[in-house]
Amino acid sequence: MSTVEEPSSEPLGVKEQKELDAEVGDHFGDNYGADPTRYILYRDRKEWADLEPVPQDDGPNPVVKIAYSDKFADVYDYFRALLKKDEKSERAFALTADAIDLNAANYTVWHYRRVLLQALSKDLREEMKYITNIIEEQPKNYQVWHHRRMVVEWLNDPSAELQFIADVLSQDAKNYHAWQHRQWVIQEYKLWDNELDFVENLLDEDVRNNSAWNQRHFVISHTTGFSDPAIVQREIQYCLNQIRKAPHNESAWNYLKGMLQDRGLSSQPGLLEKILELKETHCSPYLLAFLFDCYEDALESSFQKENLEQEHKETLKKALEICELLAQEKDTIRKEYWQFLGRSLKNKYGGDGPSNEETKPADTQEAS
Amino acid sequence: MMSAQLKDVIIKPDAPSSLLLDKHADYIAAYGSKKDDYEYTLSEYLRMSGVYWGLTVMDLMDQLQRMNRQEIIDFIKACQHECGGISASIGHDPHLLYTLSAVQILCLYDSLDAIDVDKVVEYVKGLQQDDGSFAGDKWGEIDTRFSFCAVATLALLGKMDTINVDKAVEFVLSCMNFDGGFGCRPGSESHAGQIYCCTGFLSLTGQLHQLNADLLGWWLCERQLPSGGLNGRPEKLPDVCYSWWVLASLKIIGRIHWIDKAKLQRFILACQDEETGGFADRPGDMVDPFHTLFGVAGLSLLGDEAIKPVNPVLCMPEDVLQRVGLQPDLLS
Repeated sequence: MSTVEEPSSEPLGVKEQKELDAEVGDHFGDNYGADPTRYILYRDRKEWADLEPVPQDDGPNPVVKIAYSDKFADVYDYFRALLKKDEKSERAFALTADAIDLNAANYTVWHYRRVLLQALSKDLREEMKYITNIIEEQPKNYQVWHHRRMVVEWLNDPSAELQFIADVLSQDAKNYHAWQHRQWVIQEYKLWDNELDFVENLLDEDVRNNSAWNQRHFVISHTTGFSDPAIVQREIQYCLNQIRKAPHNESAWNYLKGMLQDRGLSSQPGLLEKILELKETHCSPYLLAFLFDCYEDALESSFQKENLEQEHKETLKKALEICELLAQEKDTIRKEYWQFLGRSLKNKYGGDGPSNEETKPADTQEAS
Repeated sequence: MMSAQLKDVIIKPDAPSSLLLDKHADYIAAYGSKKDDYEYTLSEYLRMSGVYWGLTVMDLMDQLQRMNRQEIIDFIKACQHECGGISASIGHDPHLLYTLSAVQILCLYDSLDAIDVDKVVEYVKGLQQDDGSFAGDKWGEIDTRFSFCAVATLALLGKMDTINVDKAVEFVLSCMNFDGGFGCRPGSESHAGQIYCCTGFLSLTGQLHQLNADLLGWWLCERQLPSGGLNGRPEKLPDVCYSWWVLASLKIIGRIHWIDKAKLQRFILACQDEETGGFADRPGDMVDPFHTLFGVAGLSLLGDEAIKPVNPVLCMPEDVLQRVGLQPDLLS
């Protein structure tokens, strides 16, 4: 499969063209006469006269002649000319900035810029400033983040990263690229110390930020881990507090379940009671689903154990009631799923009840 | 029950509600020759994928004959580099993403002999890292998308045995998260697009049994919002392309019936543009070939009989894969 785009990522629609481009004049230090900010097409610059521009080639038998904007065509004609010559020069480096400015998703331009950074031994600190600006303008682009990572690696200096990423996240707290970069920096350079605090601040701002919840799991798994009961208790408390603030929060419930599922939800003393309490005042489909999971886990533990038969039956009944409630009323859009859960549970644990041979939907299979 | 401040869209009553296949075929057939030149130019860096999206959706609508077969094959030939990798367009650098798209196109056209297949295999193999992961190109970006691209390319060429499959599987499984989903690297947030790539990968490598299908299936069906549309991760807006990533994943793991099909169908149809043809990410936005493919492919998975059956692992017409002889595993 090809590019997985974030929603509303790289704009494929018309981009505003810049009328003036002062940076171009700065790159060359040439005197453009009275107005140094006037943008000059490459084909009109005397210091580029030695190069033959290469027009767009859409294939051996191009179907149509495509009319590009003048500035775009001019920059890319000269970019192609540079590639063809494999020219490694300052002017080539400067041109890559123009090319990127016009289309920052063009990965070949970024490649070429990196080749030039190395071939010309360019100042990587300057490059960090450059990529910082670009990312601030276009934060949802794979190429810019990968470029930044390469520069950080070459410099072996992550000192600006956490603050920079925090800045980007303050604009969009769920930017997938930003979070991946952050995870890489933290793991690579062992910058774990303040990350849990950082995550908590973000969750204070938006308790539904799924990326922050994911980061919480990431930090804890790589530092203290989840085996210490004190840590688990702390995290359970944290989740329940957040759930009280915003009950309809998929991320908090996913986190809670994800953390506990391996050791068994019913193994946590007092948890079921707390959930039942919350159910009265802060109910949600997620709470009900979690409650179901608790009952299911309890059934697993009490299965075919003597003295627990009555309790087992009651737990099963409560679990099945939850499935009914969700399927018929609280989460009807996922009716098929809740009915599946109910059937599976009955088949596994409802051995001595009335016959369970109901008609199942044709394309439904049982869980093992 | 407290109602949530959920992110979602509202479908207007006058939104399109029937499938406008002819308009979509006209839209794709004309794409690149219309006056939206600037958008076309800007997307040159992904042209190979753009061609794959266009051709695939045309084939699904049984309109492939309207496209320029020979020109496209010549274009692909011109995009294969010495290292064997294929670039998005002429003059661009090779990359796994565009290598896969090129191979998919040549399969549609039954013309794999147009390129040096052995070199492609060498290129793909050369991108596998010690930990089993795959880089997208020589610059080293690692992402489970590229694991999928690698095995999909090799599966279509019948050359999966040239890489270290066990290691590749090990890496992908290391990206499985606490919620049953997958991200781009170990620890990365679960994301429907990455999940599609990983379930597709596990299907192609015969490892679907390693998934927790119930847990993942639940995470996936939780993507459905009241509007009927699907998002890519919690608290995000619905987008027609997620209707593919999520739906295809559910199909692969045998739980597609956990989605409310009627509501999803209504959402997808509402993303059509009645005037221009094509699908947008959500109702009322601008259309593009990417969302057009995934809207049509999603409807195919939902069983629309006006569209050819689509394979959920490779997003290619089933009849093409039958010809190639590739039937990736699906869970029942």
